[in-house]
Amino acid sequence: MMSEVVIHTENLTRKFGDFVAVNNISFDVKAGEIFGFLGANGAGKTTAMKILCGLLSPTSGVASVAGFDVYKENEQIKENIGYMSQKFSLYENLTVRENITFFGGIYGIDRKSLKIKSEELIRRLGLGLEADKLVGSLPLGWKQKISFSVAILHNPKVVFLDEPTGGVDPITRRQFWDMIYEASAKGITVFVTTHYMDEAEYCDRVSIMVDGAIAAMGKPSDLKKQFGVENMDGVFLQLARGAKRSE
Amino acid sequence: MNKLLFLLQKEFKQIFRNPTILRMIIIMPILQLILLPLAADYEVKNIMVSVVDLDHSPYSKRLIQKIDASSYFKLVEYSPSYRKSLETVGDGKTDLILTIPRGFEKTLIKENSAKLHLAADAVNGIRGGLGSTYLAQVVGDFNREIREEWLVMPRNSEIPQIEVTTANWYNPHSKYPLFMVPGILVVLVTMVGAFMTALNIVAEKEIGTIEQLNVTPLKKHEFILGKLIPFWVLGMVSITMGIVVAFVIFRILPVGSFLTIYAFSAVYLFGVLGIGLLISTFSDTQQQATLFAFFAMMVFILLGGLYTPIEGMPRWSQILTYFNPPAYLIKIVRAIYIKGSVFSDLKNDFYVLIAFAIGFNGLAILNYRKRMA
Repeated sequence: MMSEVVIHTENLTRKFGDFVAVNNISFDVKAGEIFGFLGANGAGKTTAMKILCGLLSPTSGVASVAGFDVYKENEQIKENIGYMSQKFSLYENLTVRENITFFGGIYGIDRKSLKIKSEELIRRLGLGLEADKLVGSLPLGWKQKISFSVAILHNPKVVFLDEPTGGVDPITRRQFWDMIYEASAKGITVFVTTHYMDEAEYCDRVSIMVDGAIAAMGKPSDLKKQFGVENMDGVFLQLARGAKRSE
Repeated sequence: MNKLLFLLQKEFKQIFRNPTILRMIIIMPILQLILLPLAADYEVKNIMVSVVDLDHSPYSKRLIQKIDASSYFKLVEYSPSYRKSLETVGDGKTDLILTIPRGFEKTLIKENSAKLHLAADAVNGIRGGLGSTYLAQVVGDFNREIREEWLVMPRNSEIPQIEVTTANWYNPHSKYPLFMVPGILVVLVTMVGAFMTALNIVAEKEIGTIEQLNVTPLKKHEFILGKLIPFWVLGMVSITMGIVVAFVIFRILPVGSFLTIYAFSAVYLFGVLGIGLLISTFSDTQQQATLFAFFAMMVFILLGGLYTPIEGMPRWSQILTYFNPPAYLIKIVRAIYIKGSVFSDLKNDFYVLIAFAIGFNGLAILNYRKRMA
């Protein structure tokens, strides 16, 4: 087992005025892990994730990703991560192939290997017929699969997924998780937020945020034992019920 | 550098797939160039005159005829009294009232001078003002005519006649389109440069793709150049369209060189692109960006000397125009088009445009953040 720490945070805090969106959170994620970042709406998941991706400055605390400090080395972090946001983030008026080429290109993949990579990706996703269609015309589930594939095209150390399976059917969600496992098997660390508690069970480890702080963290099986419930739903409900803020 | 190429490739593909942008580039120059110079003409015609002739003399009839013969005036009414005429002004049927007093002819012959009364509806100040001026000219003509008749045999003409002749340099016929077209070209370039860039970037914010770009190792300058270059090209296309349309419709060609026009436009465009970029850093939605750009555009045009000459503005607003980029380019393009000015005549303005380009882009770059504070 690898044990290199890829994401490290210590007392990480982010305030917006008086509002403490992220309150003193500390955790480590190890290489190759699938880390589930759970919490109710407004619990501070997305804020924390944006800090780790270098989209938002922290207020205080320590954090590093892939060995780089989020305060000073956020541009180096970007070389080593992939990110799939809550909002759908491919260009709808570009084709599948053009999107792959564009994002691969700005991650610095040269044209030759980009061509090979995108052909391979299209084949693996079974999108041979749709490759030259505009992304906007594809169903949501496909868009999300393509989004994810594009996010890991440059073989990042970590991929951040912000509610990647929102709004898609259970079958597509299952297929999506197969892709996550594949990526993890290749050594990519997966940091994923989700609302679906069945998905939480798929994670190696989860943390549950309540009101900006981490209320519980551990393997799903351990957490279930600790809270004396049968599934992650039970764990989540017990913790989230105490939450003071909601959307 | 390589990344920039990927960005440009993507940007151009999106532009060519966006029918709105293409329509703007092609239809906007045509519409603006056809409509504005033809419709927004300062020349006032068909001024409606109501005459109150209290004299009913041969001379008063002759004056009225003379007015009626002018293409500027339309005699709408002979009215028995001034008060009655005033009512038609109230109804908007009359712009000017000319009152010829009783005994006009008699006094004219006896005392060698007579008075007329002219009243103008000043609700539309330009119409009223120009109307009175024109009518005064007609009366002046009338005056000269009868004077000449009286001095059929000038022994030694007692009254020296001074006539002022005017010459309109560079635009001898005061052709209105020739004055407007260069200005409209500038408005076009400004719209494309500032509006489209701002909207394009803010659209990426709205859709969320900008976040996806901000999380990549793409450098700030690569992103900005990737946005500026395509719209710079579009701006140049748009000004070319404008030049072609101006020639096809009005047969207007610059007296000066195209190269000078393009050189100045090229630098100017970078300046307005900077404005667009700056607007995009302040706005989160396309609505905000549009309102902001609209406001900026109003100020640009009103303080740009397109419709009203800058020299006629109060001192404080003249000073404001020094900071208004379109004011420079309007002046420059007019000078090249109408006077045939060459680069060296306009050198100082060129430096100012460069300063604008550096200034606005500098501010925009400082203000653009890949990461929120």
